[in-house]
Order: sequence, then C-alpha cells, then structure tokens
Amino acid sequence: MSRLAIGTPPEAGNGPAGEQPTRYGAPQNRFGNSVRLNQRRKTKNRIYQGILLTSTLFAIVMLALLLFQIVRSSIGWLDWKFLTSLPSRFPEKAGILSALAGSLWTIGLTAGIAIPIGIATALYLEEYSKEGTRLSRLIQINISNLAGVPSIVYGMLGLAVFVRGAGFGRSILSGALTLSLLILPVIIVTAQEALKSVPLSLKEASYALGVSKWQTITGVVLPFSMPGILTGAILAISRAMGEAAPLIIVGAAGYVAFLPKSPMDSYTVLPIQIFNWTSRPQEAFQHVASAGIVVLIVLLLTTNTIAILLRNKYQNRMD
Amino acid sequence: MAVKVNVEHVDFWYGDLHALKDLTFDVPEKSITALIGPSGCGKTTFLKLMNRMNDFIPGTRATGKLIYHDRNIISYDVDVVELRMKIGMVFQKPNPFPKSVYENVIYGPKRHGVKRKADLDLLVEKSLRQASLWDEAKDILNRSAMTLSGGQQQRLCIARCLAMEPDVLLMDEPTSALDPTSTQFIEDLLVRLKEDYTILIVTHNMQQAARISEKTAFFLLGEVIEFGDTREIFLNAKNPTTERYISGRFG
Repeated sequence: MSRLAIGTPPEAGNGPAGEQPTRYGAPQNRFGNSVRLNQRRKTKNRIYQGILLTSTLFAIVMLALLLFQIVRSSIGWLDWKFLTSLPSRFPEKAGILSALAGSLWTIGLTAGIAIPIGIATALYLEEYSKEGTRLSRLIQINISNLAGVPSIVYGMLGLAVFVRGAGFGRSILSGALTLSLLILPVIIVTAQEALKSVPLSLKEASYALGVSKWQTITGVVLPFSMPGILTGAILAISRAMGEAAPLIIVGAAGYVAFLPKSPMDSYTVLPIQIFNWTSRPQEAFQHVASAGIVVLIVLLLTTNTIAILLRNKYQNRMD
Repeated sequence: MAVKVNVEHVDFWYGDLHALKDLTFDVPEKSITALIGPSGCGKTTFLKLMNRMNDFIPGTRATGKLIYHDRNIISYDVDVVELRMKIGMVFQKPNPFPKSVYENVIYGPKRHGVKRKADLDLLVEKSLRQASLWDEAKDILNRSAMTLSGGQQQRLCIARCLAMEPDVLLMDEPTSALDPTSTQFIEDLLVRLKEDYTILIVTHNMQQAARISEKTAFFLLGEVIEFGDTREIFLNAKNPTTERYISGRFG
C-alpha cells in the first residue's frame, strides 16, 4: 500500500485501532503505516498549507487596506461635480473631466493601433514565417526582450521618434503611439500563445477541405483563439491606462483646462493628473487625488470586466 | 476496374528517415482499397501524400509518380488547394469544427463560392443524407457539433468531406476511436459510398479490411509487401509475412 509501510500490517479487523508494536519496534497504525512518519507528514502538510494561505492573504489584505484607505479619503469629494469639472487650483472646484477624456482618447487610439498590429504580427510569426529560421528566431527573441524594457525607455523612444522625429508634437497621437509600442510585445506574445493553442486537428480538417491558408485563419484559427487574444489585448490596454512615466516624457501636461478635440491636441491622463494632485502642498488635494484614484480603478475594473465578457461570448460561440 | 491513381516508384523521406520505399500499385476507381500493416510502417504517410498533407511537416521529400487525372500529385506545380478539393480526407479522431452542425457541413463549399442560402441548405441535406446522419441531425442543425456523440461526429466529418463533392476519399482509421455500433454504421456507409467514390482506408482491423475492401495493400517497414484482391490476400497470401500478419501472429 505504501512504501513507508514498515513490517507486516496487523490483521484487518483484529485488534484495537491505534498504536501497536511491530517487529521493528516502531509503532504502527491500523493501516500498517508508521505512526511517527504519518504524524510528521500531516504536520508538514499543515505547515505548507499555512504558508500558502498566508501568501494569498498578504496580497488580498494589502489590496483591501489600500482600497479602504482610498475610498475613505475620497468620501465627500467623489461626486458628479468632480467627474464633470475641469481641474482647478482650488481643491473644492477641481475635477477630473479633462484627464478622464484624455485617458479615453489615448487608450482608444492605443487600442486601435496596437491590437491590429499585434494580432497581425502574431499571425505572421505563428502561421507564415518559417519556424526555426534565423530571422524568425531573431524577431521572437527581440519581442520577448522588448516586453521587459522599462516603460520610461519607451518614453525616450517616443520623444525622439514621434514627438520630434515625426513632428507630432506633444499630442495625444504621440502618447498613443508610444503606449502602443509599450504594449505591443505583450499583445504579440499573448496572441501567439492563443494561436498556438489552436488544435492541429482543426487546422488539418480545414486544409483537407481544400481551403487556403488565409481562409483557414479566418475560418478556424482566429475564431478559436479570439478569446485568448482579446484577453491578452485588453489586459495590456489596462496596463497602458495606468502608465504615467512614458507619457510624462512625451509631453502629457499636468494641468489641462480644456477637453481634447482631436488626436493632435495636448492632453493629460488620469495617472498624471493624480500624480499632479498628490504633489500639491494643500492637504485637501490629497482627498481630490483619492477621488481620482477611485475613478481610475473603476475604469480599470470596467475594462477587465469587458475582457471577461468578451472572452465568454466568444467561448460560447465556439462551444 | 478502371484505375484512379497510379502509384509508380514512390519514395518518401522525413529528413533522413526513408519512410516509403519504392511503392508501386494501382488504386482502382469506385472501390475500397484497404491499407493494412503494423503501426509506423507508412500507411498514414502514404495516405497523407495523396492529398499532400505531409507538406506541413518540415523536412519531408518525395520522389516518384502518383498519377491522378494525368497529373503527378507529388510534383511541385500541383495546386494543393485544388487537389484537396478533389481528394478529401477523414481523420482518425473525429475533428468537427467547434461550430454548428450546419456550419460544419458548409465550411468548405462556402469558401469556394457557394453563397446562396437555398443552395447551401440543399447541400447540407444531401451531404448529411449521404453520410446517414440526416435523420439524427435534421432537427439540431444549429446545435454545436461538439454535442454530438463520437460516431455522429465522425459521420459529420464524412458529410463535411462529401459536401465538397470530392472524387477520392482518404480515410485514416476512421473507426478506431468508435464503438462497434458506430463502426458498423460507418462500414455500411463506406460500402454505399464506393458506388460513387474511390476510397482508400487505413485500418488496423483485419475483419474490417476483409469485409469492405476490394483491394488490399500490406505495408511493412515502408514497403508494400503485397498488393492484390482482398479475397486473394486473406485466403491465400503469396507472402508468408502477410499471412502471419493477417492471422494475427505479429504486429
């Protein structure tokens, strides 16, 4: 029964449960296993369970504390007026409207640029490029490395290429292009994983019907991998939504008292607006910042929910 | 019987592995040809050479002639997409698309220009009838194919293949994943289909080969040891190895 069993087990149903001496002298339980080893195994199990539980709780408790702190601090400040007002140097009048609009503009544009390019790249790498050639390996390694480059470095790149080089200036377009570069590697890698998960048997079935590669991609590969691709893409977009560093470098403003009307306008985004408020000397602005953080978190949770809903929708369609 | 495919001195390599060695035989039209032999002896490789599904495996190479309608299937100027429209394939494990039954059947035709709803409806009924699945499936055409049983899924795969109106059907152990009842069903189906189609079937089931096929090719280590009338091979095989394999003494 167990390689830990020592000696012969006592006859079944014969004798009381509990410790019995064996010919090796070690106490045995009714299943013939060593009582001491059994005890030790149980203790070990309990200890590891405790460690894992503590680790899980650590993250959850910290998050709860943070949320509690922020929500408490924002009470009385987060209201409709806050959502619909432009920023102001008076904390009572300050609102988040221009940052919210700026964030939506930037993220919308980023999604529009990064998702198609990311999916196209992943499709090329997985379906068209010859695997194992030096070129495809080089591309693959570089994409993985790019995913690990600090965001501020992308800011420098964006400043050089989009703001100055292409002459887009300190516009939403420059910001969105920079953020697109930042999240492209993540989108590509997750989309590749999703494409790899398409069963070979389905692709074979499609090809065997005399269907071309592109028709197989649109008919089987993309529908099957769409949930995974979208989940990756939306999570990447959420990450971009919380970025401040690269946008500060490519010239997002800290104080914008108007709403952007086109991609060439100057702008600010939620994280920068929040950062700006927290660095004000007046105590009241800390509450304004908290209210801003709540807005940002709600926005992030909303996009994540959309990701989950989209995934479920496509999954149902495929099942 | 007229000949559908001439196999002439066909060799095939996976990299350095010589998987098919100098195959030569004729596949007769409108009949069932069974490919038998132990695992790993090249039956599936040969089958997949017929519709060039081996092209997806890097490092493969083929020489010789596989003449089908006066063209050599193996040569590089053959349009494989067109070839596969004419030479359909059913796989070992049922692999319906995770779409509705209806969508599964019209998957191929829809992508080759059949667009009108009425035409598609007709095609679905015709193909499902041919595959003896119509009675079971006519009320659940919009249900996902994944909800069907294994035997139904395999018949759906056959219907999907027939919807392309192919000429040759390649079957790679189509019943090995099915229970005896479904197997029986599909065997009956194949016997009916051979009125109109040329069928090549890989099978590990000797009785199946004996029951349904006209010709049998016995594969061993990449070679065709014996090819001929099924009755002849099963009753008095010329080659003692064939005889031993068929009677179950090895393999």
